[in-house]
Amino acid sequence: MSEFLISITPIDWLLDPLTHDFMRRALMVSALVGGVCGLLSCYMTLKGWALMGDAVSHAVMPGVVVAYALGLPFSLGAFVFGVGSVALIGFVKQKSRIKEDTVIGLVFTGFFALGLVLVSKIKSNIDLMQILFGSPLGISRSDVNQTLIISFIVISILLIFRKDLMLYCFDAKHARSIGINTGILHYLLLTLLSLSAVVGLQTVGIILVVAMLITPGATAYLLTDRFDQMTLLAVISSSFSSILGVYISYWSDIETGGSIVLVQTLIFLIAFLFAPRYGIFKKQTFINNN
Amino acid sequence: MNPIFKSHEKDFMRIEADQVCVDYNGTVALYDASLNLKAGSICGLVGMNGAGKSTFFKALMGFVRPSRGKIRINGIKVNQAQKEQSVAYVPQNEGIDYSFPVSVWDVVMMGRYGAMNIFRIPRESDRRAVVHALERVDLLDLRDRPIGSLSGGQRKRAFLARAIAQRASVLLLDEPFSGVDVPTEKLMAELFLQFRQEGHTILISTHDLNHVRDFCDFVVLINKTVLAYGETSEVFTSENLNKTFGGIPPNPLSGPTSSKDFVNE
Repeated sequence: MSEFLISITPIDWLLDPLTHDFMRRALMVSALVGGVCGLLSCYMTLKGWALMGDAVSHAVMPGVVVAYALGLPFSLGAFVFGVGSVALIGFVKQKSRIKEDTVIGLVFTGFFALGLVLVSKIKSNIDLMQILFGSPLGISRSDVNQTLIISFIVISILLIFRKDLMLYCFDAKHARSIGINTGILHYLLLTLLSLSAVVGLQTVGIILVVAMLITPGATAYLLTDRFDQMTLLAVISSSFSSILGVYISYWSDIETGGSIVLVQTLIFLIAFLFAPRYGIFKKQTFINNN
Repeated sequence: MNPIFKSHEKDFMRIEADQVCVDYNGTVALYDASLNLKAGSICGLVGMNGAGKSTFFKALMGFVRPSRGKIRINGIKVNQAQKEQSVAYVPQNEGIDYSFPVSVWDVVMMGRYGAMNIFRIPRESDRRAVVHALERVDLLDLRDRPIGSLSGGQRKRAFLARAIAQRASVLLLDEPFSGVDVPTEKLMAELFLQFRQEGHTILISTHDLNHVRDFCDFVVLINKTVLAYGETSEVFTSENLNKTFGGIPPNPLSGPTSSKDFVNE
């Protein structure tokens, strides 16, 4: 298709894919998933939970396989194993002398390996490649519905508890001292992480979903000193990356998940180099006029 | 301006700790710590690192549960007092992520969260409280600046403003004088006196003895327990300070190792 690229106009480049039902669906789902993960990624980067995001997204693997095999909605299985992995990480950390990052690495690789073994043992029509790398272009109608529902839940909770979660990330002690239940917020954030990993793996797959959960937040963090602006920028850059990634994937016939994440990474690189205040080639230095 | 305390807050001791013991998995961090602070007092909490200062602080804030003894703030349990916004905590500068994308205004507004509804949408009264608090610490001009762009002293003042905006009757300050410039120190000294006048009670955790002499009406010397407690002039004797800072180890330390043992005695 690449020789085709030269002969078409930008308008065609944008509109032609929209004539296909599967492409409209892929673009809609990818943009939505990008938005959801982008919004959550702000909390992940500010709380320092990148590794936790990696862990949870890998740990959902056996859940997806089991759910497929039993004919259940795969989001249910993924959710159970996502939250389960977090609970297990907490338990092992508390009951042993092993440091947290070791426990995280240990638990998620264990879960992921279990998932791989289950795929090879359970005879079904599960496509391993689809789970690992995502396939927004081949997303089914029922998967679209699941994605819509989960996205709605995650966005609603994040909007309602926006300030509380922000405060929890910034100063959990103060949150506690004014009577906010930080234990609940902790598990709420972990639950949202599991749910976002579930929707994220549809577009970019299990291996790359962690990028969806941290890159947009990291990019936005370099661009602003305002939390609200950061969330907005993260959502915009994430949705934009998803849409552009799907387009590039369509026209150049490359793997969609990789394409989306590469666009995200490029946007991050641009911010890293040219962000007005925090980029490498920053225009002005921020003067601390004490 | 006189803060309007809830009616019951007037009648009780601001802070009341009665034989508080805290242990972490069998290791005693604090035992038999008792303390009574009335409304309108400034008290220094003095001890070495690891002497149980921060443990006592955590217990007063409800972050650790005492294995024995009881704590009351304004006559009610700590977690209830938290819900009534009676306790404000001013953290050490080191304990905060200053690259977090929030402005000075945002930080001070966090003091109002507990008084807002679940969506934490500020009302006019909340904005007024924040403006008032920023005026008192002389930071109103810098309200839109990112918190990370402030100097050490300004940061400390921002968190003091958050405590003021919260309108708490009890203020707990963790090492408030560390990394603070001279103007801020002067401003804090004036503020503390005003707070005392208004009926606030301030508990300052520090290892800086000079500041305790200058600021505090009362002092609590801590080394795993309350060694001495009373008016600063009476308690600050060389003998007491010796005990606090490693001179003579207090007796019961060589005895039982868990607070449970104290219960049995």
